[in-house]
Amino acid sequence: MIGISRRGLLKSGAAAGVLAATGLPVFAQAKRGGRLRVALSGANTSDSWDGRTHSDIFMQAAAQGAVFDSLTEVAADGSLVGELATDWEASPDAKVWTFNLRQGVTFHNGKSFGADDVIESLQLHVAEGSKSAAQPLVGAITEMKKVTEHQVQFTLENGNADFPYLMSDYHLLIYPAGQIEEAIATGIGTGLYSVESFEPGVRFVGKRVDSHYKDGNFGWFDELEFIAVNDATARMNALMTGQVDTINRIDFKTEALLKANPMLRIQELTGNQHFTFPMLTDVAPFDNVNVRKALKYGVNRQEMVDKILQGHGRIGNDTPIGPANQYFAGDMEQLSYDPDKAKFHLKEAGLDSLDIDLSASSAAFAGAIDAAQLYQASAKTCGININVVQEPADGYWSNVWLKKPFSAAYWSGRATEDWMFSNAFEAGVPWNDSQWGAEDSERFQSLLIEARAELDSAKRREMYTEMQMILRDEGGVIIPMFANWVQALNNKVATPEVVGNLWQMDNARMAERWWMA
Amino acid sequence: MIITEKTRTGEYLSTVLKIILQRLALGLLTLFVVSILIFAAVNLLPGDFAQAILGQGATPEAVEAIRRDLGLDQPPITRYFQWLVGAVQGDLGNSFAQANFASFVGADSGNKASVAAQIAPRFWNTMFLAGVTALIAVPFSVLLGILAALYRNSAFDKFANMFTLSSISSPEFFLAYILILFLAVLNPVLPSLSNIYQGMGLGERLEKTLLPALTLTLVVTAHMMRMTRAAIINLLASPYIEMARLKGMSPMRVIVRHALPNALAPIINVVALNLAYLITGVVVVEVVFVYPGIGQLFVDSVKIRDIPVVQACCLIFAAAYILLNLTADIMSIVSNPRLRHPK
Repeated sequence: MIGISRRGLLKSGAAAGVLAATGLPVFAQAKRGGRLRVALSGANTSDSWDGRTHSDIFMQAAAQGAVFDSLTEVAADGSLVGELATDWEASPDAKVWTFNLRQGVTFHNGKSFGADDVIESLQLHVAEGSKSAAQPLVGAITEMKKVTEHQVQFTLENGNADFPYLMSDYHLLIYPAGQIEEAIATGIGTGLYSVESFEPGVRFVGKRVDSHYKDGNFGWFDELEFIAVNDATARMNALMTGQVDTINRIDFKTEALLKANPMLRIQELTGNQHFTFPMLTDVAPFDNVNVRKALKYGVNRQEMVDKILQGHGRIGNDTPIGPANQYFAGDMEQLSYDPDKAKFHLKEAGLDSLDIDLSASSAAFAGAIDAAQLYQASAKTCGININVVQEPADGYWSNVWLKKPFSAAYWSGRATEDWMFSNAFEAGVPWNDSQWGAEDSERFQSLLIEARAELDSAKRREMYTEMQMILRDEGGVIIPMFANWVQALNNKVATPEVVGNLWQMDNARMAERWWMA
Repeated sequence: MIITEKTRTGEYLSTVLKIILQRLALGLLTLFVVSILIFAAVNLLPGDFAQAILGQGATPEAVEAIRRDLGLDQPPITRYFQWLVGAVQGDLGNSFAQANFASFVGADSGNKASVAAQIAPRFWNTMFLAGVTALIAVPFSVLLGILAALYRNSAFDKFANMFTLSSISSPEFFLAYILILFLAVLNPVLPSLSNIYQGMGLGERLEKTLLPALTLTLVVTAHMMRMTRAAIINLLASPYIEMARLKGMSPMRVIVRHALPNALAPIINVVALNLAYLITGVVVVEVVFVYPGIGQLFVDSVKIRDIPVVQACCLIFAAAYILLNLTADIMSIVSNPRLRHPK
């Protein structure tokens, strides 16, 4: 078992992975029993048990967080542990990966789990015409081989040291082979909870299975009830009136009321979710690195965190790597608001002043237009005149993002550095939202390829740190802030001391990890 | 004599039948116009289903693929007529969201994708809410109207008027939050979440439906109550009421026995209009209370530009208005002898 290291979370700041504002420390021992009632946003009438379509917290928590399992799992402290796989091993070039599968696991319908289930479930994502969000992850596998009933071997197109991390993606659920259609229709997995009832976009009720391989470690509730409540005010009401025990994404406007209630507590974690202003680096004037630098110094990051996130976040350093990432360079020098430096770089670019348009819409992120106006105000002092263009929210991602030279956007972040970079910064990929070309970013691109196949963790840290520095100094994306995951729960529910920060609600696994106090 | 009576009844029946048929034909025409308007309006909105569903992940290829799958690449007029031909045959088409999902799975999900299957459970939920509200609101507002007529210009009358008028003048979500504040947060007697589901017991279902029903009651009471009051007061000046009063009848009896039956026509009219509102106007209330009815489905569908579902919802809303208006007219004919026996 190599290639897995405890994530350097403690190094990356106290805010990460540690409960920031819970008030009460929880020392009590976990115990079985009770019904966890959760109001979650992100539910749709088109929801189903098909992992390929999952895109929001409701189905993520119901599927990967309760009914289904994946091969691997990101633990609350950020380390990678086996879920349906017990351990794994890579060839020296990180191209061939062998996974040993857990024995004695059964699906909810009694079928026993084995290598065929893994192979058939993964193949769903690369089937002809598949629109799975995980298509690129599975598409990188050139061969899937069943070695024994409980061992599978994957051969990759190119070496990838993060491969076991990718297998923890919430789209990659394991279904029973030969019964996948039925499993998707009714929700048959190997998870801690079986489906009692599921109404898409309305409600999910789960029941604890009698015996499970996670017994004694996880899965304390007897029953689960997830209620789809997309409206933030209604979620707050449901928590305040005791109809649910916990909610995701609290409404900051009524946060004070929530804090005043001694029965409730707020959980706040900084993960990888970040708000950005990408500029197209192949369009003038953004092709000039000095213009980009001037813009980096012209934004008041702290002010944005204070006013747009109302303090629920941390300032960004123009890299998409956040505290929930393994090689987050938290000690790297922070970019700050500096009109003098901005003016200096403007002069370096041969300009006295700069007039640019910034396209924004509430579709980019909540408060994006306000953020653009703050940027406008802070940049004015630096001789940069930003004209804020309000774009319609409908069709924003198709018509504005990636098309207008300077716009607003958001990313929920990725579990690994390579995944994030190869999605949004690798030359030529479709979502490279700064259109960062190969010549402009030669060093970055070669490090990206090199780090991908490197199994030595220390070397990777070095490379990823250098890449984050390059992004901070030359990158075409301004990342002024990371938004916290802010959720709330009442004192009937207890959580472990360390709660996951990769996704909201303890990495969407609150049903597995929390218990009734 | 008997023969004449029969002929008269026959004439009356055929008149009513004629009105019903006429109105139904006009109603169909209205539905047709509504469907064109809605289709055009949804198509005028920026973005389409493919862009809405893909969001940030929209690559031109994926958008193209979804459009091709759903036939969105064809011109709007062709799509409208395809829909119309289906709708005339009773097939409201397939929900884009479900059809897109089915193409994901690579299997035909059969009936599940049809708009009718998606709307049916939501529609019954909305009807349930409308029914509960009507059971509370109609007796309550008629009674309030009678009492206000009886004690007209008294403090009670003024208070009732003020109360109902201020509740109809407030936005629904505001009323909803006020009720949540008083009945769920400060005095936790009712749940603020109305997440009813299939297989829920009637008692629990009623409890969960009560807050949205009360909110809607506040919204519709003013109309009905004021119409009842006005219609009765209008009649109180007529000679036959004076006669009844001179006989020594109690004021309550005068109103209930003599005035009310003659005031029924306008009251029924207003009640029917308000019932239509209970079906078409629930959108905001359903969203606030997370009530899984047709209003919420409508909002979700507009958001993702799921045109077939939006169309079907609008047709249901329009049909509810047309049918309840028709019922109102028929009822006022039936309750009015002068209209029942035309000369």
